[in-house]
Amino acid sequence: MNHLLALLKENARISLEDAARQLQMTPEEVAAGMDALEKDGVIRAYQAVVNEDKLEANSVTAVIEVKVQPEREGGFDRIASRLSRYPEVTSMYLMSGQYDLMLFVEGDDLRTVASFVSEKLSSISGVTGTATHFRLKTYKHHGVLMESTHETERLQVSP
Amino acid sequence: MKPNDSKSLLNRLSNTVADLPRSGIRDFFEVVSQMKDVISLGVGEPDFSSPWHVRESAIYSLEQGQTGYTSNLGTPQLRNRISGYVEKFFGISYQPEKEILVTVGVSEALDLAIRALCNPGDEVIYHEPCYVSYRPLIQLAHAVPVILETDASDGFKVTAAKLRPLITDKTKVLMLNFPTNPTGGGLTADEVKEIADLAVEKDLIVITDEIYAELTYDREHLSVAAMPGMKERTIFLHGFSKALAMTGWRIGYACAPHELIEAMMKIHQYTMLCAPVMSQQAAYEALRNPEEDIAVMKESYWRRRNFLHGAFTGMGLNCGLPEGAFYMFPEIKPLGISAKDFALGLLESEKVAAVPGTAFGACGEGHLRCCYATSMEELEIAMQRMQRYVDHLRES
Repeated sequence: MNHLLALLKENARISLEDAARQLQMTPEEVAAGMDALEKDGVIRAYQAVVNEDKLEANSVTAVIEVKVQPEREGGFDRIASRLSRYPEVTSMYLMSGQYDLMLFVEGDDLRTVASFVSEKLSSISGVTGTATHFRLKTYKHHGVLMESTHETERLQVSP
Repeated sequence: MKPNDSKSLLNRLSNTVADLPRSGIRDFFEVVSQMKDVISLGVGEPDFSSPWHVRESAIYSLEQGQTGYTSNLGTPQLRNRISGYVEKFFGISYQPEKEILVTVGVSEALDLAIRALCNPGDEVIYHEPCYVSYRPLIQLAHAVPVILETDASDGFKVTAAKLRPLITDKTKVLMLNFPTNPTGGGLTADEVKEIADLAVEKDLIVITDEIYAELTYDREHLSVAAMPGMKERTIFLHGFSKALAMTGWRIGYACAPHELIEAMMKIHQYTMLCAPVMSQQAAYEALRNPEEDIAVMKESYWRRRNFLHGAFTGMGLNCGLPEGAFYMFPEIKPLGISAKDFALGLLESEKVAAVPGTAFGACGEGHLRCCYATSMEELEIAMQRMQRYVDHLRES
């Protein structure tokens, strides 16, 4: 992975100047590098990692295993593309193993998610089965621990 | 004479120990520890905790009740992994059965190596500025420390030209540490080869402290032990503390020809018996797939090195770009103040701690050791404060 991408994956809000100072580049080179990564579709978005459990109005997240009948033309991709366009679906992957697609679905409450599954998801032709699991608590999201870990103390001066 | 009379007890100390100066680091630590809210660039260890899989594996081994002694040499499994790692990373092949000794940090291994080799009066050449223990360990072995002074003008390197005039018929050992604590200095392949050729010509034993080897930023690290004719005259010391963030586990190792390992083992078995078993277990796990752990931390140090180098250069301080480790050694001499006064002034007026270069040898005067293994946020604040202090010195 290139140095710039590694840095942005840790901190996408870093200024061009600060990134330049850390990467032996000029701010212009950093900007050009980011443009290129965006243009090539490597960087798709810059988002905040949020601890949903801290929010008062807690949304509901479900992980849904979906079995589908692959089509003769297009395999899994066409049906996956249709499913992924629902705004309720926040992440979606093609999986190996017992089922085919894994969907992360977010809704305001349990009923919203339930109706998504029963009314939208299961009515799509090609979907042959679903299993829905609700998220109870988030420990880690996108590589970030949701609870601040205790800082260990180092000696202030050591050889 | 009453034995509880402190003055009389001082008289009873061994002359060697009584004459040994305290570490300059310890003096400075005592000043810093009196103060609150200090940003410290004075540490000599990573700001990462050991990789989680390493910690988890040590916890598991404790749960399994692995709490006994191990072989004096270290567990066979760990020595096997060390052998594989040293071969892969350094290109040197050591037999795990008789050419590798697991020690309590490289610090113990250094002590064993010097004591195993030196008779009273033997000369040991080492380069300054250097890690604080080199000179005292030579003195404790009743050998004669011979300083090779390095300086900023040549990137704190040891060169064959500087080394040759220091070699006498009493010279037995040459100690090397590249990348170097406290300067971050490193050697090119040609420079390593010249030193190796001279060591062979003059029949020297070389002790090489490779603890920062993996943290070499702009080129492949090359150990002197890998040069032709060197393996048979080199004690290769390495450990887990720096590149794998395992300082507190106190675990290191020595690789050398069987006769030398056996001699070091004699001292080790009577003084230490074996390295702690839980640390050996952790080290075994750390070497399962170390490249990935190291790469993540190295990337982070590399960025901070670049940042700090830019900051010092921006302040108008002469500071070469260090080739390795996680230290900068900027020159503060042109400000007309000693390293110690600069460090004390910076601490008192701006609450930033950095170690005066003199803690690492007299020729460290005019320099400051700044460790960049601290968070980027703290480094940024520290550099703002240091800029203010430097401006203040220039105005007065």
